[in-house]
Amino acid sequence: MAFPHRPDAPELPDFSMLKRLARDQLIYLLEQQHEVDKLYKVENKPALSSSEQLCFLVRPRIKNMRYIASLVNADKLAGRTRKYKVIFSPQKFYACEMVLEEEGIYGDVSCDEWAFSLLPLDVDLLSMELPEFFRDYFLEGDQRWINTVAQALHLLSTLYGPFPNCYGIGRCAKMAYELWRNLEEEEDGETKGRRPEIGHIFLLDRDVDFVTALCSQVVYEGLVDDTFRIKCGSVDFGPEVTSSDKSLKVLLNAEDKVFNEIRNEHFSNVFGFLSQKARNLQAQYDRRRGMDIKQMKNFVSQELKGLKQEHRLLSLHIGACESIMKKKTKQDFQELIKTEHALLEGFNIRESTSYIEEHIDRQVSPIESLRLMCLLSITENGLIPKDYRSLKTQYLQSYGPEHLLTFSNLRRAGLLTEQAPGDTLTAVESKVSKLVTDKAAGKITDAFSSLAKRSNFRAISKKLNLIPRVDGEYDLKVPRDMAYVFSGAYVPLSCRIIEQVLERRSWQGLDEVVRLLNCSDFAFTDMTKEDKASSESLRLILVVFLGGCTFSEISALRFLGREKGYRFIFLTTAVTNSARLMEAMSEVKA
Amino acid sequence: MDCYTANWNPLGDSAFYRKYELYSMDWDLKEELRDCLVAAAPYGGPIALLRNPWRKEKAASVRPVLDIYSASGMPLASLLWKSGPVVSLGWSAEEELLCVQEDGAVLVYGLHGDFRRHFSMGNEVLQNRVLDARIFHTEFGSGVAILTGAHRFTLSANVGDLKLRRMPEVPGLQSAPSCWTALCQDRVAHILLAVGPDLYLLDHAACSAVTPPGLAPGVSSFLQMAVSFTYRHLALFTDTGYIWMGTASLKEKLCEFNCNIRAPPKQMVWCSRPRSKERAVVVAWERRLMVVGDAPESIQFVLDEDSYLVPELDGVRIFSRSTHEFLHEVPAASEEIFKIASMAPGALLLEAQKEYEKESQKADEYLREIQELGQLTQAVQQCIEAAGHEHQPDMQKSLLRAASFGKCFLDRFPPDSFVHMCQDLRVLNAVRDYHIGIPLTYSQYKQLTIQVLLDRLVLRRLYPLAIQICEYLRLPEVQGVSRILAHWACYKVQQKDVSDEDVARAINQKLGDTPGVSYSDIAARAYGCGRTELAIKLLEYEPRSGEQVPLLLKMKRSKLALSKAIESGDTDLVFTVLLHLKNELNRGDFFMTLRNQPMALSLYRQFCKHQELETLKDLYNQDDNHQELGSFHIRASYAAEERIEGRVAALQTAADAFYKAKNEFAAKATEDQMRLLRLQRRLEDELGGQFLDLSLHDTVTTLILGGHNKRAEQLARDFRIPDKRLWWLKLTALADLEDWEELEKFSKSKKSPIGYLPFVEICMKQHNKYEAKKYASRVGPEQKVKALLLVGDVAQAADVAIEHRNEAELSLVLSHCTGATDGATADKIQRARAQAQKKRKPQPEGA
Repeated sequence: MAFPHRPDAPELPDFSMLKRLARDQLIYLLEQQHEVDKLYKVENKPALSSSEQLCFLVRPRIKNMRYIASLVNADKLAGRTRKYKVIFSPQKFYACEMVLEEEGIYGDVSCDEWAFSLLPLDVDLLSMELPEFFRDYFLEGDQRWINTVAQALHLLSTLYGPFPNCYGIGRCAKMAYELWRNLEEEEDGETKGRRPEIGHIFLLDRDVDFVTALCSQVVYEGLVDDTFRIKCGSVDFGPEVTSSDKSLKVLLNAEDKVFNEIRNEHFSNVFGFLSQKARNLQAQYDRRRGMDIKQMKNFVSQELKGLKQEHRLLSLHIGACESIMKKKTKQDFQELIKTEHALLEGFNIRESTSYIEEHIDRQVSPIESLRLMCLLSITENGLIPKDYRSLKTQYLQSYGPEHLLTFSNLRRAGLLTEQAPGDTLTAVESKVSKLVTDKAAGKITDAFSSLAKRSNFRAISKKLNLIPRVDGEYDLKVPRDMAYVFSGAYVPLSCRIIEQVLERRSWQGLDEVVRLLNCSDFAFTDMTKEDKASSESLRLILVVFLGGCTFSEISALRFLGREKGYRFIFLTTAVTNSARLMEAMSEVKA
Repeated sequence: MDCYTANWNPLGDSAFYRKYELYSMDWDLKEELRDCLVAAAPYGGPIALLRNPWRKEKAASVRPVLDIYSASGMPLASLLWKSGPVVSLGWSAEEELLCVQEDGAVLVYGLHGDFRRHFSMGNEVLQNRVLDARIFHTEFGSGVAILTGAHRFTLSANVGDLKLRRMPEVPGLQSAPSCWTALCQDRVAHILLAVGPDLYLLDHAACSAVTPPGLAPGVSSFLQMAVSFTYRHLALFTDTGYIWMGTASLKEKLCEFNCNIRAPPKQMVWCSRPRSKERAVVVAWERRLMVVGDAPESIQFVLDEDSYLVPELDGVRIFSRSTHEFLHEVPAASEEIFKIASMAPGALLLEAQKEYEKESQKADEYLREIQELGQLTQAVQQCIEAAGHEHQPDMQKSLLRAASFGKCFLDRFPPDSFVHMCQDLRVLNAVRDYHIGIPLTYSQYKQLTIQVLLDRLVLRRLYPLAIQICEYLRLPEVQGVSRILAHWACYKVQQKDVSDEDVARAINQKLGDTPGVSYSDIAARAYGCGRTELAIKLLEYEPRSGEQVPLLLKMKRSKLALSKAIESGDTDLVFTVLLHLKNELNRGDFFMTLRNQPMALSLYRQFCKHQELETLKDLYNQDDNHQELGSFHIRASYAAEERIEGRVAALQTAADAFYKAKNEFAAKATEDQMRLLRLQRRLEDELGGQFLDLSLHDTVTTLILGGHNKRAEQLARDFRIPDKRLWWLKLTALADLEDWEELEKFSKSKKSPIGYLPFVEICMKQHNKYEAKKYASRVGPEQKVKALLLVGDVAQAADVAIEHRNEAELSLVLSHCTGATDGATADKIQRARAQAQKKRKPQPEGA
């Protein structure tokens, strides 16, 4: 269990610096600058505080500005005067100031910025905590966060030295990369001459691989995320897990020894491991018997605390497992996984379609139904027109007509599309691809047009051998490849691309794959001389997911790292999963 | 060496003063200096002459002429004075010429006669006219002090940040003071003035009478006063020909001297060097120049011509129509080396080197002599230092040669001082050149710093020399070459006779990608000169789009700004431009511009979605984007409208739009929704309860749960709900109601399109095993095992699985076998399995 790293695996850089940096900045802003002593969550309701000054720490969004404006204007109506401060994180946008002005409160508030963009959630995981990135960029075509990404990369390179090797795929990856390069050039000299600590950086757009993100997760950490929703590296375990009447907020990271050993495991192994662990623990407790006073004293003072801690964690995770088992091991879940695997492998499409239809008819879950429809669409290059119509009709009947807008969103993002009849498709496709190669049109963001985006999943899958051929049972205890994160049925596309590029140190020989991914113009490599980089740093790889990554992908790459002697570090705009993606695309009634 | 000290004049026992020529002036002055208003800037700065300043005639030929020359007399500018009468001229620390007019207006000109700006010294000055004015230098910059016709003083300590201060009145002052000066002490400017035998000190609060300590009696008037360069010392010249020298605080007397000349001197200035103990003032009359210090005798020079004195940090510059000279105390190092019969180590080293060049063995003797005394290091240092103070390159060279010679015999002499001195001298000689005309001494240069010297070269448009110096001194590019190139470019764009293309190309050729050069700054300058096209061309070279945009906006090139902003990838910048455009253009044009910029368009749409819904609609309308228009109305039907009629109307508009967009599916779905809404409304009216906004499925379910089966079926028919859904729906609803009777009836109504397994499942969910078993028997063969397992009949499930000979089913059943109760069944399955395998095994071998 919990395979150790190879002895020559490189050390991870120390990211606690980022945490300290962010904390100190915030404390400075709140205490020194604005004398804040109590924090409230910004919700759409009147502020009850009676203090003389209100300080808002917000994302630069118009919605938030309107909320603040409503508060201020309400105060004005009530004849109340107080001071208002707005701290924007990570930066202030002109549009926000505009809204404040239009709402007539620009003069009443003072603004500040908290340039915080990187939150280290774990020793190898940095999150920008920008879940809105996904919808903003991939649906609305809003590029505002790309600059933030570039700033974050710039911060990393000033702290940890330049990156000698850069790879990327995706339009957004390329834009972020170029902006970042510009920043580096402007502030030339700072990173020059520094020894690189991290040898490679790989930028990847979420839309290069929607499939992986849409699959049900079956490694422990992913399952916990799917079931309980991990927020900022911590999870709320409800009474059904804690076996008491209270909920408990638990930090999930490498510090939790029990969790650290099972986080990357396939769920089928976890229970066995935990019970083994429980037995070991019992044995250690049992050593007490037959101890003399002195030994007992030692035991109590040195080991007992650790054991108790472990005991607590163990019972928590066992509780979580039971809860997951209760939810997931029912017949339904197995059917669901079976259908997903069938979709990935591309057989029994009709059966899968009727499964989805039944899923909708039974109103199992609007998000789940939507996810399956998208998975079907992407793996099949769009739904055939008949299914497209009927599934949508069924969906609207089941979950409400407002989802007509959801479908329009999904279509725009290329997640749920209709197969166009052969001729028109090729015509349009060639037209669009011509447009895309034309440099001027390269900037057209409306090339999001779903028509241009055939997912080509089947062909890519074949090229990259994503569906492992299995003779007999796939041994999930001793995984052979990254496919273990999906029960051995599918190697995550995103991870496979990263593996392939790292192996070749370029995109060479992957032209066909890149073309199939519709990224011909957005796959890039940039190498600088490596003489300064130590061999250790060259085995450290920073993977940047633009639009979010899942715990399954993280687990898969951790596995790859162990196999090849690399260490991966993850930087993501947010940790995501299928439900979050679907919710981001959904339109709900206000 | 004897002749070298020929121009040395001793003052007392300890100090020598020397006067040497800097330049012979070839400025071809027609007037005498005395007919001009003269101002010369310190630190070897430029000289301004205003000819005919006092003539009041209007004739153009006799209008005053303002000439500006370099210190070597090279003309820099000449212009006809067309403004009012000028009282006083002076140079600011930034080498700007301040011309104080009689009406209190101060006009500021650049070194090249370019008018910069003007400011007024206030109404009081305007009314009472300016009687006299002084320009003085403080830590903050340059100040102006004015004596008005009403005998009041007004001053500003820094013309860069003009704050006028009117000084208090001097009690009983009826006529102009005989002499006055501005004093700077403790960062505050004061005025010291003499009225008859009395001295008054004015600060901004009060006027106090002061008496210099140890002043000789019998003084009835002060004729002249002089403050030293650093405001530390003060000299007073009385009508008795007596000179008092002391500290500027008037607390201490340094020395006094009686020259017995009662004629008022033309000028009196301090001549001392920093860190020297010697104090001396230079007094000039019409034809006589006198250096007076703490000695019974003075040094006297005869002036052949009308001359003008310029006080410097370490001496006095004296220029006349034909020459420009420098008078200063001979520095200690030079004195040691060159004094007649000096045995100082430096002197010996210089001698040794000379002998060495003559290949004489005396060189060795001298050297030995120094070494024996252990003074070689000191000798080298002396030579290096003295070289710095020499004006003639030949002498600098021989001193440096001596130093270098001496260095050879030293083990560890740090080379920096020698190297730096060589570099500094090279720079100094270059700027002292006749064509450049900045006669800086070494001390002045060190005080001024290289940065300021470079600025002054730039100010004189001596870009190539400045760049050469930067390169020679290896200054970092950002501080050195780039900065100068940027200045050059800013000057270049002002050349109106050169075409935009040529200027832009020339600038780009020179500047290239030099780090630290901001093209946008240069472009801003071009725009300031009214050359918009050139500015745009220059902006093309600016690598940072963020820098381009604000200027483009300022120049009203908003569309260009927009595309630049988009290129930059900075959405915030794009937005700034967008809102700018929105105000600038009319709506139609604005939309057209957006149309060509999809990224900007999507950004603006985002904004509108939250802030200006109507505009959003217009945007879609303009683009004939019916799909989005449809979505827009759909959203409106949920968010904006409350009444059913309004919502239906919004949906109708949406449906129309969808038809136009040829999206029949959406149109139909929307029409269905309209029907549903109306129906739900009717249901609410007729049956009560909550129906609005339920999905079709939920509406039907609600009807069934409420027992309105007929209505439910009607609805299902109307909306063509597929059979499968209806069965699922009814099944779930009836089970929820626990209406098992009705459920059974329903199950028998016809053959189930979803099979009977769901019946089993749902009954089990309601924990009704009894009902579940009923349906388990009706489940089709493929799902039989599952159904049996669900109702918990493991044994029968095993039988069926064995019958099916289905491996998957067998293992499924096996996994449900628990403990002892199902032990028999498990065995049975194992046996069946073994049998099946036996049967299967021979097959592959046989085949």
